[in-house]
Order: sequence, then C-alpha cells, then structure tokens
Amino acid sequence: MNRHMARRIQRGLGRGLIFLILVAGAFVFLFPFLWMLSTSLKTPQEIVATQTVWIPAHPQWKNYAKALGYFPFVRYLMNTLFLVSMNVVGTLFSSALVGYSFARLRWPGREIWFKVLLATMMLPSTVTMVPQFILFKKFGWLNTYLPLIVPAFTGGATNIFMLRQFFRTIPVSLSECARLDGCSEFRIFWQIVLPLCMPALATVAIFSFMFTWNDFMGPLLYINDKMAYTLSYGLRTFQLQSDSKWHLTMAASVVVAIPSLVLFFCCQKYFIEGIALTGLKE
Amino acid sequence: MNRAFAQKRKTMNQMRKQEALCGYLFALPWLIGLFTFTLYPIFSSLFYSFTNYNFSSTFKWIGLTNYIVLFTKDKMIPLSAYNTLYFAIFSVPLNMCVGILIAVMMNQKICGIRILRTIYYLPNVVSIVAVSMLWYFIFQSNGVLNRLLGAIKIQGPNWLSDPAWAKNALILMNCWNAGGSMVIYLAGLQGIPRSYYEAAEVDGAGALRKFFSITLPLLSPSIFYNLIIGIIGALQTFSTALVMTDGGPVNSTTFYVLTLYRRAFEDMRMGYASAMAWVLMVITLLLTLVVFWIGNKKVYYEQ
Repeated sequence: MNRHMARRIQRGLGRGLIFLILVAGAFVFLFPFLWMLSTSLKTPQEIVATQTVWIPAHPQWKNYAKALGYFPFVRYLMNTLFLVSMNVVGTLFSSALVGYSFARLRWPGREIWFKVLLATMMLPSTVTMVPQFILFKKFGWLNTYLPLIVPAFTGGATNIFMLRQFFRTIPVSLSECARLDGCSEFRIFWQIVLPLCMPALATVAIFSFMFTWNDFMGPLLYINDKMAYTLSYGLRTFQLQSDSKWHLTMAASVVVAIPSLVLFFCCQKYFIEGIALTGLKE
Repeated sequence: MNRAFAQKRKTMNQMRKQEALCGYLFALPWLIGLFTFTLYPIFSSLFYSFTNYNFSSTFKWIGLTNYIVLFTKDKMIPLSAYNTLYFAIFSVPLNMCVGILIAVMMNQKICGIRILRTIYYLPNVVSIVAVSMLWYFIFQSNGVLNRLLGAIKIQGPNWLSDPAWAKNALILMNCWNAGGSMVIYLAGLQGIPRSYYEAAEVDGAGALRKFFSITLPLLSPSIFYNLIIGIIGALQTFSTALVMTDGGPVNSTTFYVLTLYRRAFEDMRMGYASAMAWVLMVITLLLTLVVFWIGNKKVYYEQ
C-alpha cells in the first residue's frame, strides 16, 4: 500500500516536472514572436534604451500605419491574394485528380510512375532552380506570374501522395456500385469520392496557401518588377531601406506573419495530421 | 452459356481498357508537369553543364571545363562546401535531439498538450523573410539575445558580424524550427503500444532503460525519415543566409547553394551553375543512398 502510494506520488511529481519544462520551453519558442510584437509597439528610443524595455509603456499603434505606408502594402496584398488563389485552385484540382488515379484506377505502369513520384518528393528545389529558370526564360515567362502559377496546375508530389493515401481509405464498394450503374469515372471522382475527402482537401488547400503566401524562391528568381512583389517577399525592401527603423520593420513582419499564424491556429488539426501522414509512409 | 460468358469477358476487357485510359488521363497533369518542369530541365541542364551557356545565343561545347573549374579552380567552392558541411553536421543532430526531446516529453497525458504542440510548431509556418528579419534583429550586438546573456553575466558575441559566430547563429536559429520534426516524432511515438512500457515496468525497467530499449528502436523509422529530410534540407540552406547575412561576414555564411545562386543569377554563368546543380544533385543522391543503406541495417520496422 505504502509503496504503491509512493510510486504514484513519484509519478505525479515527474509528470508535473515535465509539464513545467514543456511550458518553459514553449515560452522560449514563443519568445521571438512576443519580442517582435513588443518591438512593433515601441518608440525608437525604447528600442535602443540601455535598460531593456520588455513591454512598451504606451503601445505605438501608429507604427503599423506608418509601416504599411512604407511599402505598397495594398498592391502587394492583392498580388499575393491573386497568386494564392490560383495556386490553391490549381493544386487542389490537379493533385486530387492525380492522387485519385494513383489510388483507385488501375493502369499499366502505375507502380513505376508512383515510384517516380516518390523520388521527386525527395528532389530538392535548389537542384531544379537553375534548369527551370533556363526553361522559363526560353518560354519568355520571366517577370510574369506564370512560373509561380502554372507548375501548381501539375499537382505537386507531396500533395498527390497525401491525397492518394487518403483516397485509399475510402471504401471501394461505393465507387464499384456507381461504376456498374454506368457512372463515368469523372463523375465517380467528383460526386462520390471527393465529397468524402473534404478533410484531406482542406489540408492540401492550407499547405498550398501557406507555401504561396510564404514563398521566397519564386519571387526572388522570377519577379523583378517591384510593383509585382508578394507581401512576404516585399518585406525585404524594409531591410534595404530602413535599417535602423526596427519598430516599423517588426510591425510589417507582424502583419505578414499574422495570416499564417491565425490560419495555423484555426486549422492545426488538418495541418498536423497532414504532416504526420506524409512522414509515415507505407 | 459460353457465348454469354465470352460477352461478359469482352465487356470486362473493355471496362479494363476504359479504366486504364481514365487512369492515364487523370494522371496527365502530373505527367506533363513531370516532363516539362522537372525531367526536361534537369536533363537539358546536364547538356548545358558541358557548355559556356550564359543566355547569349552563341555558346559552345567546352567539355569538362566547368567541372574541372568547379573541383580545382573556383576558390569559393571548397569554402562554401566547408560552410555547408559545418552547418549540416551541427544543425541536423541538434535539431533531431531537440525534436525528440520535446516529442518524448509531449507524449504523455498532460493537459494543454494541443496548445503546447501548436506553439512548438509555430515557427515553421511563418515566412522565411519575416523570420530572418526577426532573428537579424534578435542577433544584433545590442539585441535581445545579448541583453539576456548580459543579465546572467555573459558577454555575448557579435553574432552576425563575427565570422567565427555567424554560422553558429544560423544553427541556433534553425533549432527554433525543431517543432517541424517534433510533430513527426510525436506521431511515431503515439503508434507505440502502451503495453510495451507496462510490461517493461513490471520487469522493473527505469525511465532511461525504457527510452533506449523501447522508445528509440520503435521510433527509428521516424528518426530515419527526419534524418534524410534534415540532411537534404541542410545541404540546401541558403534563403536565410541570403536575407540575413548575404553570405558574410567574410563569406563565413556563403553556403554551396548561395554560391550556386550567385554564379547563376549574378554572374549569369548558366553552364557553370548547371554543373554545380548536377554536382549537388549527385551528392544528395549518394548521401541519401548511404543513409538508406545504413538505415536498412539499423531501422527497426515492426512486422
């Protein structure tokens, strides 16, 4: 009895300790974000003060208005939203089609192409950076949005893989029945299978949104015209223009980071399941 | 009877053919993308790597010259290869340890686990430019990191302007992304049956013994996956260096891909950059194969 009690207390203490460590660690991970927020609300004097100011005495909300006036914010936002919507639509439609084909349709060579798909998942984007640039240059696509949009309409290996894994969990009997009733393959896909896959589709849409919103390499390589920048890429102008205006730089960074953070907070279930799904291959 | 059977077989065959056709049609977007945006560029760049292509219409075949320059003459190559290796050797294991540590602590019945998991993952969802600006600010010589170190009487270095510290700063910053691999470890951990631990407890195993004899072996597929992804990722690092330090100070953060980027888009030496890209691809492939080869021996897959 006594030993049992002692053991339970010991375990409880251990758990409490782990919890405390985790909370402390979470604070460390969160700290840079909090510092970004706090800096964005400071006066320039507070930033350089020898006595560290943790929380600004009078939050300078006007920093945000100033920061957004510092670069063509609305224009960049519109550019980004346009690219994001094209990418989400393109990625969703194509990866779902291709994923369905790999999961549910039998065609000669499917297994080999599936291996190719897995191999391209491992192909680093930096390796294809120069070859693709040469190609897009030949197409005359430089300084247009085409290099940032058209590839999305070919699916994307990770998304295809993720949807394929999900499609395989939908019972075959459903589509088998429809097929015997003479339903076309596209209608089976569109009206029977897809509506059952909303969570997986949401995951792909979120990933695609995040990727496009945060994309750095695409705009870096293909967009020269300043007015055509995306929001997160346009942040770079702060670095070049206002080296010591940290309060404005941080305010603009907060604005760029917020949509991703909010989206992640709201949809974290989809997110984390999706990551775990691509991490655990059969 | 026989005729009906033949008829049925015929329609079956027809259905099969139709399905195969549909299969190809459905996979077509990806197949087109694979050939135009991946395979064709990669193999045409193999051709360019043997030329002095620089976008002008007159370029000629120069044989192995690009590769010879790459391996023997270009002084930036050994330097950037060293920087990349240094980054990979410290960053990959460090990230794995942090990721596993958090995941193991997280894998218990504790309240608020979801919010904690979200917080640890958060750094991975923010734009690389915003993150780089933020850390650039944190790493300033009178920035918050050195202020915190000063509070415990440690004189912090000039993180980003001291060539001896710039790489370490980027490694430290990369630790902040450990939440990405943590999520995968956590999923792996949750697949380990509780009964294994209970059986070990009955046998009197302590926490450490349980970790090394049960957790690590059963987690090895996730570790293996993260190792490959981590190595590939580390060899590719360049965006943060480009935004934060522009390769400096004194080229101490000029990574291989940053040199590749400069040769291609600043010097416009596309033939040479193609050769660099091919070398990187072959090295990545070889490393992945080596890791797979070791992994096949060491990774424990449950039947």
